Amino acid sequence: MAAETGSRPRVGLFATCLVDLIRPSIGFASAKLIEDSGCTVEVPLQTCCGQPAFNSGDRKTTRAMAEQMIEAFEPYDYIVVPSGSCAGMIKMHYPELFAGDPAWMPRVEALCRRVFELMSFLVDVRKLDRVNAIYEGTVTYHDSCSGLRELGVKAQPRKLLSGITGLNIAEMKDSDVCCGFGGTFCVKYAEISNAIVEKKVENIAATGAPTLLAGDLGCLMNMAGKLQRLQKPVAVRHVAELLAGMGNEPAIGEPAKASSK
Amino acid sequence: MSHPIKSPQFKENAHEALQDAQLQKALGKIETGAVARRRSAAEHLPEFERLRDSARDIKNHTLAHLDLYLEQYEKRVNEQGGHVHWAVTAEDMRQIVLDICKKANARIVTKGKSMIGEEVALNDFLEKNNIVPVETDLGEYIIQIRNEAPSHIIFPVLHLNKEEIEEDFRRVHTNLPVGRNIKEPAELLAEARTVLREKFLAADVGITGANFLVAETGTSLIVTNEGNGDLTQTLPKVHIVLASIEKVVPTLEDVSQMLRVLARSATGQEISIYTTFSTGPRRKEDVDGPGEYHVILLDNGRSAMLAGQFRDMLRCIRCGACMNHCPVYGAVGGHAYGWVYPGPMGAVLTPSLIGVDKAGHLPNASTFCGRCEEVCPVRIPLPKMMRHWREREFERHLSPATVRSGLKVWSFFALRPTLYGFFAGLGMNLLASLGRTKGRFRWLPLAGGWTRYRDFPVPQGETFQSRWKNRQRAEKKP
Repeated sequence: MAAETGSRPRVGLFATCLVDLIRPSIGFASAKLIEDSGCTVEVPLQTCCGQPAFNSGDRKTTRAMAEQMIEAFEPYDYIVVPSGSCAGMIKMHYPELFAGDPAWMPRVEALCRRVFELMSFLVDVRKLDRVNAIYEGTVTYHDSCSGLRELGVKAQPRKLLSGITGLNIAEMKDSDVCCGFGGTFCVKYAEISNAIVEKKVENIAATGAPTLLAGDLGCLMNMAGKLQRLQKPVAVRHVAELLAGMGNEPAIGEPAKASSK
Repeated sequence: MSHPIKSPQFKENAHEALQDAQLQKALGKIETGAVARRRSAAEHLPEFERLRDSARDIKNHTLAHLDLYLEQYEKRVNEQGGHVHWAVTAEDMRQIVLDICKKANARIVTKGKSMIGEEVALNDFLEKNNIVPVETDLGEYIIQIRNEAPSHIIFPVLHLNKEEIEEDFRRVHTNLPVGRNIKEPAELLAEARTVLREKFLAADVGITGANFLVAETGTSLIVTNEGNGDLTQTLPKVHIVLASIEKVVPTLEDVSQMLRVLARSATGQEISIYTTFSTGPRRKEDVDGPGEYHVILLDNGRSAMLAGQFRDMLRCIRCGACMNHCPVYGAVGGHAYGWVYPGPMGAVLTPSLIGVDKAGHLPNASTFCGRCEEVCPVRIPLPKMMRHWREREFERHLSPATVRSGLKVWSFFALRPTLYGFFAGLGMNLLASLGRTKGRFRWLPLAGGWTRYRDFPVPQGETFQSRWKNRQRAEKKP
């Protein structure tokens, strides 16, 4: 492990390409939470972890992206990702990708030990049980598949959310069932993806919660897009945004406030 | 019945399935039915997770020594007066069945539920050879009279409701009074029982599948909830067991462990109503049983799987839990997959058996949510195996051109971070200024698959990385 700067570990924030492109505020929210947990945050030059190529069967491209990723993030004490899907790609699938390669495998293993999904990092590594945020209202939480099944992210976000005074969690039916996003699946099999997300938004709407949270922007965009197409008035946010005290900023797919122009 | 392979038309099949209101209603019950029952069964058995490990290990051990256990099994069957036949292909299996039936002068053959029977399309073949096959499992009987394929490996008529079944019975059982009452499931069951009872007694040959074969005793074993399997295999003078080579396990002790995870995973039962062991033909002191006992062992591509990337798939014990828990199966049902085996296990197995060129959609039509692997009683890494199929498709240039070119463009930029940052910033600023007032797009070029069904959020503008850099710079200035 690289030397920590004083007692503050150096965290390399891998924002993920979706956050980088679509919703930078999740990156800032993540950085704030990580800093508040007693770490310093750096954002090295980065693009994509390679998951789209990996799941499309293109191992060669995946390898190239993974090598680039490893080189960029090797210097840090921790690598934190506000996405269970991308964190899972690195932590669970890079070892498979580099299996049998004696030159890379030790580097991969050393890196993977330090890669964490954001909620898991805050609760499991930094041992937080509450964050400094104020929020009045009811939220419902969707468990994104990779975070849940590959990394065991389930209790951590709920723990931090339930520590916020005034916040109430209304659990939806089948919160652990896929929203139908599935990366390129949602456009390759758009009609099936739509049928799955229709069921999901029914369950979301049935809670009556005005806010939906989750930990993966892909899933959030899928659910927000469907809720908005069906004109269901649910504000959709990354859980990090609410925990970082940005829960009243424009939600996903909402226009920017006039004052922030 | 033999049904044409419709896997290449997966998308069209799925489209039809999504329009079928009755099917959607039936699929909607899986979550509160099979899924809830499995969860409850698993929660009530503290050692369930360890039993899954054990089941995986038993199968792995067997597969590592498959030749040994198959030979031992054959030897034991022979010792007890039974016959083992080896079928390399589906055609071989059909022919062996026919030869046995001809020798027995069979005209009517009763059948217990067998997915191998479906795989080799046995019924159609027997009919063409003037032998009448009669399915005796209620679900299989219904799909037989409907001339359909099963839509689930455990619940063949998952796609039907009782009104449709009543209609079928009235259409086929024309010798029964028109005014009879068969609205309720119990009444339908009673009628099927009456009709089938005659067939059981008239059958010359009984064919069953096998859930397991036991090497140490030469036993084949079936689990059923209707008891039809017992009548199928004990009443006729000849009993034929159809099984694939990976069904063998070493000992009776192993089988009893496998049974503990099988029923719980499949139906949520602790154990199926009937667990029937058959070991050879009727012995002198037996009061009943068949005079001849044949086991036909099917390979049909499985030896090739044993040697390659898909070996783990041979652990499958056909419980159906993966499809019950699959959001894609839950949306489109089993017929959309277009061949015998649907859902995640079908998405891995079907390309092995009929070719990835025909079944290419199946391993792609998955969100990789991982719920199948989470519940698989023998812990088959189903998403990983589907990914292996995608790799083969990519290597063979079978994946769609749009996906390949999209990936190419994406990886070109993703592997050049500075260039990527520049163009991403420009692109996101453009999108942001186009959509600023609405906050979302109802339509976007090149994103029709997305915007046909959902809105797309307007990006906040710039990229996170450029905003971060600017903020760092601003903070450094006093």
